[in-house]
Amino acid sequence: MTTAPLLPARFREWFASRGWAPRRHQIELLAKARDGRSTLLVAPTGAGKTLAGFLPSLVDLAETGPAPLKGRGLHTLYISPLKALAIDVARNVETPVREMELPIRIESRTGDTPAAKRKRQVERPPDILMTTPEQLALMLASPSASELFGGLKRVVLDELHALVTSKRGDLLSLDLARLRAIAPTFAATGLSATVREPDALRRYLVGQGRGAPALADLVVVEGGAEPDIRILDLGHDLPLAGHLGPSAMPAIYGLIREHKTTLVFTNTRFQAEYTFQELWRLNDDVLPIAIHHGSLDVEQRRRVEAAMTAGKLKAVVCTATLDLGIDWGDVDLVVNVGAPKGASRIMQRIGRANHRMEEPSKAYLAPTNRFEILECQAALDAIAVAAQDTPDPRTGALDVLAQHVLGRACAEPFALEELYDEVRQAAPYADLSWEDFGAVVDFVATGGYALRAYERFAKIVRGADGRWRVRDGRVAQQYRMNVGTITEATMLKVRLSRSSPGKAGAVAPRRGRILGEVEEGFVEAMSPGDTFIFAGEILRFEAIQEDEALVTRATAGTDPKIPAYAGAKFPLSTFLAARVRGILAEPAEWHRLPMGAGEWLEQQRRRSLIPAPGEMLVETFPRQRRHYLVAFPFEGRLAHQTLGMLLTRRLERARLRPLGFVANDYGIATWCMGDVGEMAEREPGFLDTLFGEDMLGDDLEEWLAESAMMKRTFRDCAVIAGLIERNHPGERKTRRQVTVSTDLVYDVLRRHEPDHILLRAARADAATGLLDVKRLGAMLVRIRGRIRHKALDRVSPLAISLILEIGRESVIGEAADEILAEAEAMLLEEALA
Amino acid sequence: MNAAAMALPQKIAAAETEIAGLACLLDPSGAMFFTAEKALVVADLHLEKGSSYARRGSFLPPYDTRATIASLAGVIGRYLPRRVVALGDSFHDRRGPERLGEAERRALAEAMAGLDWIWITGNHDPDLRPEIGGEVLPETELGPLRLRHHPAAGACRELAGHLHPVAKVVLYGRSVRAKAFLSDGDRCVLPAFGAYAGGLNACDEVFGPLFPSGFTAHVIGRNRLFALAPAALCGD
Repeated sequence: MTTAPLLPARFREWFASRGWAPRRHQIELLAKARDGRSTLLVAPTGAGKTLAGFLPSLVDLAETGPAPLKGRGLHTLYISPLKALAIDVARNVETPVREMELPIRIESRTGDTPAAKRKRQVERPPDILMTTPEQLALMLASPSASELFGGLKRVVLDELHALVTSKRGDLLSLDLARLRAIAPTFAATGLSATVREPDALRRYLVGQGRGAPALADLVVVEGGAEPDIRILDLGHDLPLAGHLGPSAMPAIYGLIREHKTTLVFTNTRFQAEYTFQELWRLNDDVLPIAIHHGSLDVEQRRRVEAAMTAGKLKAVVCTATLDLGIDWGDVDLVVNVGAPKGASRIMQRIGRANHRMEEPSKAYLAPTNRFEILECQAALDAIAVAAQDTPDPRTGALDVLAQHVLGRACAEPFALEELYDEVRQAAPYADLSWEDFGAVVDFVATGGYALRAYERFAKIVRGADGRWRVRDGRVAQQYRMNVGTITEATMLKVRLSRSSPGKAGAVAPRRGRILGEVEEGFVEAMSPGDTFIFAGEILRFEAIQEDEALVTRATAGTDPKIPAYAGAKFPLSTFLAARVRGILAEPAEWHRLPMGAGEWLEQQRRRSLIPAPGEMLVETFPRQRRHYLVAFPFEGRLAHQTLGMLLTRRLERARLRPLGFVANDYGIATWCMGDVGEMAEREPGFLDTLFGEDMLGDDLEEWLAESAMMKRTFRDCAVIAGLIERNHPGERKTRRQVTVSTDLVYDVLRRHEPDHILLRAARADAATGLLDVKRLGAMLVRIRGRIRHKALDRVSPLAISLILEIGRESVIGEAADEILAEAEAMLLEEALA
Repeated sequence: MNAAAMALPQKIAAAETEIAGLACLLDPSGAMFFTAEKALVVADLHLEKGSSYARRGSFLPPYDTRATIASLAGVIGRYLPRRVVALGDSFHDRRGPERLGEAERRALAEAMAGLDWIWITGNHDPDLRPEIGGEVLPETELGPLRLRHHPAAGACRELAGHLHPVAKVVLYGRSVRAKAFLSDGDRCVLPAFGAYAGGLNACDEVFGPLFPSGFTAHVIGRNRLFALAPAALCGD
């Protein structure tokens, strides 16, 4: 390929001076840029994606020559899902600019950028600005947006596959639509890891019109070396339950010793803390092993990152915080502890090793129980055929649209029809109806209630020219304080203190250092004296003061009492679940399963049964004076939890007196006073009715009325949509509640206007989010008429894995009364004793 | 499974107790009914809290007032009191009565019709106007009990509101937070009755001096009330 016309001499010399040749996709992107085409670049890690994304900007800017003193306006905008990535990429792109002495100014802008610098960036913009979706939204909501972005030539979107699956992706899509209106000729470049359906991302990059979906061009970099990935075979049988994998730790430690730098991924922060502790227990060589997760203090995380980049660490135990982004020096091995949960996620993690495309990434999957062996094997099979499980493209959330509409009014007055056409250019909103759009604008203006009570307080008003504008500066200020779609739980700082001995809750005034942050809800569920693992230590919770949880070091040898600090926990992906069911239904394949998993399934076949493809197995058996019903839908923990809530309601109605249930990624077990097994045998169709799709009707509605998870979902929507103000750090409410509780608002709204747009937004979230109702619905359809019941006299090999979870993660039903009744009974017992 | 054969959860029951020797029922709505005196007492209705927030740009659903009045009308219909006492902060702010919608104004008048109705003033509605109907007083009495908005210092026989008590129970790593009546047999602090009225944790230090020998928290559950001692409760 001749590169001469596309890559100027200065650049070719620079490549040569580094001993590189421009890669094909880098040249292809230059060609796309020359033609003004928006393009999606799909490439494995290590393919030089970032440089490919920026080369067209650098070439273009280099050729236009030095900028006038006041700057020439923003040329390229780079958006990353991570603040740290934006800063890191700015540093990386500086290198060629400096070495080629190009007259190009590059800056980054995040929430941490000082106000003065942000102001200057608007007045005298750099050539290239690296930023995040939230900052872009803020800049677009300013009256100077048209001027600032008027000359924009290129937008580079990094880690696009990760961005588009969330509400942040919705917000960004609307901002891109706005940019297209301001600077119609800019070209967007999306950088993405391998995805199953690149067309969804190609649509995202370009404006959608009526008719067939518009697509960005596609450049695909094929494969690189096949990853060298295997299951960590310990040579002995794995336990039937548990998620920590204690027996794998010596082997993992051995691997760390043999490699240069190892990343040890875990699925939860608790797992990370546990793994870190166990590795240090084994660490006779005092290898530098560090821990990194989202709750740790920022300073500590930065120190770990710096040490990693400098090659000073042998291993880092981490969670999803290191799934994406930054290059951490010379990682030559990745170990994933626990189940992979999704084929794409595991590929992303494995890609963190050996950031050079020509060399194979090396990785071990370390299952912690027998079900996880199946899951690991399913992931290996998926990777072998390069199958992916990226989630389906989103339908744009209405709460995000509400936020955007207010932002648009803050920037400049808008006409309804114009804005409607503009937002439908964003792929997630391409099918937005005029009615829904109107309802959202109405919500922004006055709350959008059927009872028109708030007309006189309207936030945006329609002027004589027919255009909507923001009422006053205070509303604009309110918008700026509440921008963004990340509504994390209120966090409390964890501060190490000294306790006065003997007196629980009494903490001496001397305050020690901050260890990190935990969710308020986690702390609220602890009593003073409870112990938990955090930041690699066992801590004792003492008290909450202001926005801090005060803790002390627990005495050596204390077992942590509260193991539930789950952090982010991903459910098993639909795609991988289907593959696990496939392995289960294929006895000829079982011999491939190590560490006792094959024998375990063989026992299951002898003692109970193995469901045929498409069937769902339900087992019933008595145990310790209770009657158990165990089902194996393999649809992920969230869908199973929802199923559990609804099943217990139905068992209650059938007078079987259910007492509780437990769910994991593979199945659900519920136990009753009544003989559910006998009922299933006696009444034909009982199980079909029990698992009937109609549970998603009234039962679901009734449960949603009180579900804590639904209330949390609603609160998130209310904050994003601007119904209530966001909690800002350091503003923890003490004593009397300052703002109104969204739980109370939810109750009132649900009763009086069940179809209000915010409840619709919350229900849409519940379908795919914490309640996973959509997946549950698909499952109920899938198993209709295909339930295989097996009545047993005792627990089966498969069911043991679930039964062993009882007590660890048991849910007593969500009704508050059960907890209150228990507390009352305990008091009574104490009084009588 | 025969859904029809299944009884719906029974109507939730009130709890019987005694304050200063007077027999009374603690209703799950947050109201309190004195059987012999036929007096119904509620605290902290916070009517028009939604519209109060709306003035500042938080468009809370404008249904709180009608929800609160409907709940009040319901409890009046169940107990058929002669006398109703609202223990202050009946409106969320001074201009609350002006903002009452037509339907809500009518519903309130209907609920009040034929009753001996007393509005005690609170810090949110210190100068409630008599136009609203009923009698406006800073305090009143019920047998040996003083009825006022703000609890008085030290131990005494009274019914008060203002503090919006809620009780929090933590068990097995899960927690429940619910409105509660706090009582030591002489004094009772009522929970807030209003639909948008939040709560102050019963473990807060303000409650200590009010109940020097401890209290029982009558916690409002979904299906009944639960009597809990402070030892069973948790701070926020």
